[in-house]
Amino acid sequence: MLKDITIGQYFPIESVIHRLDPRFKIIMTLIFIIMLFTGDSFICMGISAVYTLIAVILSRIKFKMFVKSIKPLMPFLIITAVMNLFFVSDGDIYFHWKFIKITSDGINVSFLMIIRIILLIIGSSLLTYTTSPITLTDAVERLLSPLKRFKFPVHELAMMMSIALRFIPTLIEETDKIISAQKARGAEIDTGSLTDRAKNMVSILIPLFISAFRRADELATAMECRCYNGGEGRTRLRQLKSSPRDYIAFSVTILFFVSVIILNIFI
Amino acid sequence: MAVLKTEELTYIYSQGTPFEKTAVDHVSLEINEGEIIGIMGHTGSGKSTLIQHFNGLLKGTSGKIYLDGRDIWENKSEIRQVRFKVGLVFQYPEYQIFEETVYKDIAFGCKNMGLDDKEIKRRVIETAYDIGLPEEILEKSPFELSGGQKRRVAIAGVMAMNPRVLILDEPTAGLDPMGRDRIFDCIKAYHKKTGNTILIVSHSMEDIARFADRILVMNNGSIFCFDKTEKVFSRAEEISRIGLDVPQITKVFMELKKQGLDFGREVYTVDYAKELILKKLRERGIKC
Repeated sequence: MLKDITIGQYFPIESVIHRLDPRFKIIMTLIFIIMLFTGDSFICMGISAVYTLIAVILSRIKFKMFVKSIKPLMPFLIITAVMNLFFVSDGDIYFHWKFIKITSDGINVSFLMIIRIILLIIGSSLLTYTTSPITLTDAVERLLSPLKRFKFPVHELAMMMSIALRFIPTLIEETDKIISAQKARGAEIDTGSLTDRAKNMVSILIPLFISAFRRADELATAMECRCYNGGEGRTRLRQLKSSPRDYIAFSVTILFFVSVIILNIFI
Repeated sequence: MAVLKTEELTYIYSQGTPFEKTAVDHVSLEINEGEIIGIMGHTGSGKSTLIQHFNGLLKGTSGKIYLDGRDIWENKSEIRQVRFKVGLVFQYPEYQIFEETVYKDIAFGCKNMGLDDKEIKRRVIETAYDIGLPEEILEKSPFELSGGQKRRVAIAGVMAMNPRVLILDEPTAGLDPMGRDRIFDCIKAYHKKTGNTILIVSHSMEDIARFADRILVMNNGSIFCFDKTEKVFSRAEEISRIGLDVPQITKVFMELKKQGLDFGREVYTVDYAKELILKKLRERGIKC
């Protein structure tokens, strides 16, 4: 059940998107997110969708994997859509019952919201699907490096991020094991009343925290054994280099972004 | 009658993704009441996946499992009852401990069974005694104990539920020889006392040879062989070909046989070997 979580997963295959400079990928993802939230007409969403589609096809990652990343957020998606549907009260009224009104604007807004969130999930999963956690944190470190001037601990932040990403699958596996062990002792975790289930969460969380602390302690010792002392004077094996490919991708992104802005002003 | 029985049990991990893998492949077997079964197999041979089917933690992709002749998945809402009848102790079970006191942690399973406090108390104290935990430890926090003691607390938690079938996955992994012997002695004593069926997964051939009635050898998700202990170890060469080992004493006797000294039987425990050698010497008129 927990194995279905695909957030932060990386699929190491060969594709144009995989080979892009991770710094550019992060910036392009940010632009993409801004693009999604500036456009509020179906045409703008259509343009964003085309952009997403091109990226997905170029990444050569199976479409099924994206569907999988949307699934766990389905309830959130439905709630957002319903809220918008009922509580936007402008436009023609189609249906009215007590305080609930369904209007043409409401329908439009909730549809836009659904499309927007789905594209948002696909776009951000695309970043992690095509970029290994190590290069991703390297890129974050490089992008934030100007902040070093203000004594901001950029390297430490990037290190924390990479450790966190590295341990997501480990902790998921660990949780799975603990759940099985407690189920074997008769704990009701996915059956039984709500209070029983809440009580039994304790039997999962405590062992999980203990093992997380133990792992953190072991990792810290291992890092010290190898004389880790922060980012000061540290060089890299793999330098990030940008190539014409990155500039082309970036220009295309900007092109899409500008067209969304222009359409937004004129429509 | 067979207490546990599987029919063409198959389990496929991550079906329909690139990571698809058949972990258990058409396994059919029968385990009789009161037997001690040793389960062997190299890492990834499907033994851990297989044992998780016995108490319904995993549901086979296809095939059936019967407990006392009843399909365990016949009534989905009763799967918890199956878990009380088939107790499973995972590898490194000390990582599942969570209660404030040793007593409470051992009692967790019994409490889930819905037993009354008096019965729980009786069972916890009895099991703790049987597994060699002193009574004053019961009110301590389990996190103050040594690794071996924690392991015994975790095993006691399942034993106290008095399951008809007790399954232990590598119960002695990572323990020193003394801790290992203590746990094996306790399991043996438990078997003698209750007569319950026991399944043990272990990498230590010596330990399995010492007290398993039958041995199940798994290879690539299917049964390589499932037979009486001496018969399994008589196939030493095939077993070493799939990356497993036979007890050292068996190897010694196989070598002796090659050199022309045939004892005519398969030897897999040191005690038995000693007996045989002494007998042979006496036959030749040597006093000992």
